[in-house]
Amino acid sequence: MSVVSAGPRRAGLLFVTPFMVLFLLLFLTPLGYAAYLSLFQHKLIGGTTFVGLDNYAKAVTDPQFLRGVLRVATFFVIQVPLMLVLALLFALALDSGLMRLARVVRLGIFVPYAVPSVVAALMWGYLYGPDYGPFAQLGRLLHVPVPRFLSETWMLGSLSNVVSWEFVGYNMIILYAALRSVSPELYEAAAVDGAGAWRIAWSIKLPALRPALVLTLLFSVIGSFQLFNEPKLLQPLAPDVIDSGFTANLYAYSLAFTGQQVNYAATVSFLLGLVIVAVSYGFLFASNRRRAV
Amino acid sequence: MTVTIPAATAAPVAGPPAPVRRRRPRRSTPLTIAMFAALAYFLLPLFWLLVSSTKNTQDLFTTFGLWFSHSPQLLANIEAAVTYDGGVFVRWLLNTLLYAVVSAVGAALLAAAAGYGFAKFRFRGSTAWFNLVIGAVMVPTTALAIPTYLLFAQVGLVNTAWAVILPSLVNPFGLFLMRVYAQDAVPDQVIEAARIDGAGELRIFAGIALRMLAPGLVTVVLFTLVATWNNYFLPLIMLNDPKLYPVTVGLASWAAQAQNGGAGASSEMLPLVVTGSLLSIVPLVIAFLLLQRYWQSGLAAGSVKQ
Repeated sequence: MSVVSAGPRRAGLLFVTPFMVLFLLLFLTPLGYAAYLSLFQHKLIGGTTFVGLDNYAKAVTDPQFLRGVLRVATFFVIQVPLMLVLALLFALALDSGLMRLARVVRLGIFVPYAVPSVVAALMWGYLYGPDYGPFAQLGRLLHVPVPRFLSETWMLGSLSNVVSWEFVGYNMIILYAALRSVSPELYEAAAVDGAGAWRIAWSIKLPALRPALVLTLLFSVIGSFQLFNEPKLLQPLAPDVIDSGFTANLYAYSLAFTGQQVNYAATVSFLLGLVIVAVSYGFLFASNRRRAV
Repeated sequence: MTVTIPAATAAPVAGPPAPVRRRRPRRSTPLTIAMFAALAYFLLPLFWLLVSSTKNTQDLFTTFGLWFSHSPQLLANIEAAVTYDGGVFVRWLLNTLLYAVVSAVGAALLAAAAGYGFAKFRFRGSTAWFNLVIGAVMVPTTALAIPTYLLFAQVGLVNTAWAVILPSLVNPFGLFLMRVYAQDAVPDQVIEAARIDGAGELRIFAGIALRMLAPGLVTVVLFTLVATWNNYFLPLIMLNDPKLYPVTVGLASWAAQAQNGGAGASSEMLPLVVTGSLLSIVPLVIAFLLLQRYWQSGLAAGSVKQ
């Protein structure tokens, strides 16, 4: 780390203070406040009382909360591998130099990232429609059965599709950028040694992608576990499938804004945050350990 | 808290990657076809949106979704969308623009100053503070949103533009990127030389360092711009005055009206939702295509250098 030796120490503080003050006010204070609120209960009779960890005890046995966490965990297991494998294949294909018009394809796959998740969910919601959605129309025309995308059986798959559509390109660009920074001499040396395209992909490109893959995985943990926008937007189309506790975040939202259970909503948000941080650090720890071995 | 992500090494930050000279392998037609099939999937919903924006309500239900009807009426739909309810849609677009630009520029400048401070100065607690912020990269913004709402409700900030802008100003990942970037993009000798010439620290930063940080700055601006432009959860919970809505919350409220009324009752809403969706993504998609070089370089700087 290079540090200007004679640099006045106070100047460093001056530069970081604006950010740190806002960080303190807008990041740590809400967390602290939520932690504080989670220790109280509000009742119509008796007002607000200190209850210690009662809210947490309630949450970890609350079937709705557990169901929501389990559902986003399932979503994570279905959606993230699919998305990252596709992003990886696309990045390798683009980097291989084997295809024509690679630039057009790269941009086109990346464009959905610029589309707000609200619009993405609305579009796919209409496309999924069992009556006037184009897939259903085509199915009727060709007398081919089309899955009912918005039914209970298909909903997690349908949501996975929307989220993958939004983020495959984003992850592809991260991986592609990492691939471009591999020194071309490595490839030349490997080619001289007689390695083919697949061998180079496996032995040079994949190891080089490791840090970028860890990063995309971490972003995906954070994204999946706080799933909210897409199910919230599809809810009016499938009210029987997506209830107010469909994901953990929807549950926290409905507790705070429909149920007016502020203290319990703070508890659920705080716990969900803890789950995400724990899973993220779990992955980080596992990937670092494997690297060390 | 020990954090392992930002073990930033001292290799120079990749700018837009230099064109790499490689032996051109033979082009593969099957691969090209497969990738164009993938491309078709990613463009399909956007094509549907474009086609649907030219239809009236009846055609939306009765004609094939992926092709134009006999009486395209894109302009009439656009006019209907921007004049509905006293032009509220235009107001939503302007709100989004305001929130996104103020948040993005503010967040980038804050992250640049702090990144520069952490990269080029050592002061008491600097490592601990930096690690604290990096630890926060993992804290999900949505899990933070409800606590922030509860706090803002206490101090009377809910239902104001600040409720959306303030939380977007703090971008831990942006700080991480800017620190990595400042490390190499601003040479120590330049800072030393300016000091010997008698320049103050603020002038060195604003007059010299900031210009060297410009590419990194643009990346953080773009990230925050997209994040704020696309944000839904935060404004949804913070705002209840439709005049303050950004376009995402506005469109969702139109969509809810269109769906709640059933297909028939409030059917004139459906073309509004579709055309409004199209209008809302056009500016960002254009900005995206024009500035895509910066995406790649910024993402490279953030992900490669761990």
